[in-house]
Amino acid sequence: MLGQIADILVYLFLILGVFFNLLAGVGLLRFPDVYTRLHAGTKCTTFGSIFICGSVIIFGVRMWLMGDTNGSTLTIHTAGVLIAILLTNPTGAHAIARAAHRSGVKPFGAVIDDLAEKPAKKEAEK
Amino acid sequence: MIENFATEYYIVLGFLLLAIVIALIRVIKGPTAPDRVVGLDTINTIVIVGMVIFGAVTQNVIYIDVAIIYALLSFISTLFIAKYLEGGEF
Amino acid sequence: MLAFIVTFVLCFVAYLMLTTGGADIVFLGDWKILSWDYAEIIFGIILSLIVAIVARKIFVKKSFRMANPVRWFVFIGYLFYFFYEMTKANFDVAYRVITGKINPGIVRISPDLKTDLGITMLANSITLTPGTLSVDIDEDKNDLYIHWINVKKEALEDKPVNCKFVCANFEKWVRRVTE
Repeated sequence: MLGQIADILVYLFLILGVFFNLLAGVGLLRFPDVYTRLHAGTKCTTFGSIFICGSVIIFGVRMWLMGDTNGSTLTIHTAGVLIAILLTNPTGAHAIARAAHRSGVKPFGAVIDDLAEKPAKKEAEK
Repeated sequence: MIENFATEYYIVLGFLLLAIVIALIRVIKGPTAPDRVVGLDTINTIVIVGMVIFGAVTQNVIYIDVAIIYALLSFISTLFIAKYLEGGEF
Repeated sequence: MLAFIVTFVLCFVAYLMLTTGGADIVFLGDWKILSWDYAEIIFGIILSLIVAIVARKIFVKKSFRMANPVRWFVFIGYLFYFFYEMTKANFDVAYRVITGKINPGIVRISPDLKTDLGITMLANSITLTPGTLSVDIDEDKNDLYIHWINVKKEALEDKPVNCKFVCANFEKWVRRVTE
């Protein structure tokens, strides 16, 4: 019984993860400028990675409960991958966004741009 | 008998390959350099997930170790490219 | 000295987590949750000593504010709330990818957090939640500049935009964890 629930969870997590990873690709193609593409590229891949790693973790726990010791190492190492992705992905996105703005890419169709005043001030100080 | 989900995981790998190809179109087309970096970052994350799935299929934990190292190294390379585009001092 | 011990213990635990699967020392008998070889443990102790000598001043700063276990439990509670908000964010992005309706802009918020850890946590949380992405930071006043995919009219009335439009309740949670 518990095994069947685990199986269904593995399928569900795999479908959700693949859906969001594909959505990230489609978003990269459809959005008009760097910042909105970052929205799609960062959020969707992080969320999809959480679900796919979650499915592998459930698979590992199930394998380990059935008596295969390979399962416990699989679970712990996949949790390590998940932590690494969660820590590094938003920081990388922030770095790219800042670099894009400083190298002069304007946000497409922006209603308001508070940041546009800031770099000029810094140049004046130097 | 433990079901090992091999077929399902290979299908998922195929879909991830499709996502990588779509992101690659953006890398080739991208009008500015930051666009290409965004595409590369996305591809990196998808490759990490693919490595995790490959480790689960073949029951080799070494692939997942490689995925951890790949995640950290790709993060550092993204930071360096961003710093380079910014044009400031390191 | 305390910094050295903390770094050493954390490194050693991380090393042990990554090298389970040996045969000499086994936890919990038949279940074999965790198991190691002697050689790996000895090598782990040597490596952790080297890392602790090199990195103790980088890893542990002067304040021991985060050593309080209450903050860790609040942090775990924050993770659940964060996951809920993140789910909402992703369906929002999915909706925008499919329909293509966007109304972007860059706004400034001043969350008024003191510590570096707090501002890092808030910036990362903002990046992963509904339609917002942190672009730049003003290091003197700890103000954040945020790219917002769907700017609301009523948020633009006061100049540093009110935090509640952009970052749900994260500001309060982060303040509870780090200050």
